[in-house]
Amino acid sequence: MSAGDTMAAHGATRRGLFDKALLLHLAVLAVLFGLQFVIGEYQHLSLARVMVLATYAVGYNILFGYTGLLSLGHAMFFAAGLYGAGIGASQFGLGVQESFIAGVFSGLVLSTVIGLIALRTTGVAFMIVTMMFAQACYLLTLYFGEYTRGDEGIVLKGDIRQMVMFGYPFDLTSPVVRYNIAFGLLAVCVLICLALVRSPTGRVLVAIRENEERAGMLGYDTFRTKLFALVVSGTMSAAAGAAYALLFAYVGASFASIQYSILPLLWVLLGGIGTVLGPVVGTLLMFYLVDYASEYTSAYMLVVGVALLILVVWFPKGLLGTLRERVIAWLP
Amino acid sequence: MDFGPYLFLAVLEGTVTAAVLALTALGLSLVFGVMRIVNVAHGEFFMLGAVLAWWFSSMVSGSPAIGFLVAIVMAPLVVGAIAVLCERTVLKRINYDPEATIVATIGILYIIQQLALTFYGADARPVQAPVNFRVVFPWFGYSGYKLVVIAASAVLLLATWFVLTRTRFGLIMRATQFDSETAQAFAIPVDRVYAVVFAIGAMLAATAAVLIVPIQQAHYLMGGDPLLLSFIVVIIGGLGSIFGTVVAAIIIGISDGVISVFFTPTLAKILATLLVALVLVLRPQGLFGKTPR
Repeated sequence: MSAGDTMAAHGATRRGLFDKALLLHLAVLAVLFGLQFVIGEYQHLSLARVMVLATYAVGYNILFGYTGLLSLGHAMFFAAGLYGAGIGASQFGLGVQESFIAGVFSGLVLSTVIGLIALRTTGVAFMIVTMMFAQACYLLTLYFGEYTRGDEGIVLKGDIRQMVMFGYPFDLTSPVVRYNIAFGLLAVCVLICLALVRSPTGRVLVAIRENEERAGMLGYDTFRTKLFALVVSGTMSAAAGAAYALLFAYVGASFASIQYSILPLLWVLLGGIGTVLGPVVGTLLMFYLVDYASEYTSAYMLVVGVALLILVVWFPKGLLGTLRERVIAWLP
Repeated sequence: MDFGPYLFLAVLEGTVTAAVLALTALGLSLVFGVMRIVNVAHGEFFMLGAVLAWWFSSMVSGSPAIGFLVAIVMAPLVVGAIAVLCERTVLKRINYDPEATIVATIGILYIIQQLALTFYGADARPVQAPVNFRVVFPWFGYSGYKLVVIAASAVLLLATWFVLTRTRFGLIMRATQFDSETAQAFAIPVDRVYAVVFAIGAMLAATAAVLIVPIQQAHYLMGGDPLLLSFIVVIIGGLGSIFGTVVAAIIIGISDGVISVFFTPTLAKILATLLVALVLVLRPQGLFGKTPR
């Protein structure tokens, strides 16, 4: 399932003052930032959640969309961040920033180790290996229930919800603070992703996706490049997990389950594989679709299942992928 | 109880697990071997088998044996029909592309699970065993039905082996597995073979579920474990190899039983999943599989 060959068509990206792609992304981010002044309290919370999850999807897309490696186990990276931050805060008494760093670091270590092992396989074997490792991680969170409290989970409360940054106190229970932290994280990750895919390394990633053998023949070290993509992707997912734990104050084993490996796949497929903004659009749409559907029916899984089938049968390129193919070829 | 009998009990429990697992995994293995696709919804076919077994057996009044017999005939047939429906409407359309198939079968998994939750509910419900006797060993008594499960599974495995290696249909299937394009050129209706194989795979899982449901209650989330264990078995045994699948099912089933009894079921699953990941990395063709051509 490649996201199309249009990437190659716009090989030389226009840079300078009139950089359409960069302006578009900045505009989208500006809209997301501005939204907080028009929406209500409830939407503040949902959108903050969506933005953190979208960060997860952006991370997932770097591996799946640009490098062409379909992982069925990204929940382990999300959970590494989640537990790294959650356990750091609740057991070791770390502050908010230290916990976040602990979470990101856990993701970095885990994705490096998993990458070194799993990347020796390709195709279907890679999917199953990642799924198996994620399952092992999920079971480990249950096995070490003494520290992780298993399904019941850890609720962060008290001092952990307060932080001091640049000399100012921030209260993480305040919707405005949460919204802006989530926004900041998403903005940073979207821009990192944009910079990455337009860099020479990003081009090599796409080359590997389109034809790994050829990329290898041209002299690129494909294993190292794939490892790099996996580590960036895993670390970004872990950052989303760590932020999720700290912002929403709950760390539970369900976030390590297979379902949380499938969701980013769904979001990316919906928004458009191999597009920087696709994951954001996909997460946003899917979140509100499920939210909207749940007013009429409790059959949440049915919505997810049917969406997956429709996407895979009729729209394998997703919304922005189809748009790029038909209208705006320069979309990164 | 001493260590010896305790171990014996663990091995016995493990053999029951292995018997059911071998059937389920064989279904997955056949589908992978012939169609070259990974069916993530396999565990849901298992779950459907169990849920339908409850439904059929609760419709029949009278002796539990009759209800069970109706279930073991009807439940796999219905599941097979559902599998054909999925294959024709979805998998055929995406041309059995390996990666797209995984995503599509995940979709099917969610849909089946939700439908089971909506129509069957979140309760776990038992089915009465068709036979009710105890085998008394010197140290403990053991449910006779569990031994029946082992025997029934062995018979079904032998039957599958016979069909695959000794009948015309088995020959057609193996030809398709070996080289589907050449098979097509020799007028084998590859398209129909795929539909039938997909149905047989699902029916094997459903049959295994009907066998286990008097021991383990039917529940809409019960498909997860069989799917995971089948993956493990199929990968360790070598994809598409019946012999390897059965041997791996016995190894995994019995070690699962022993580790679960002496330690915890969670640890057993952690070790098995890590083992499979390492097998895939170090020996992608499986322990018993042949190197692909």
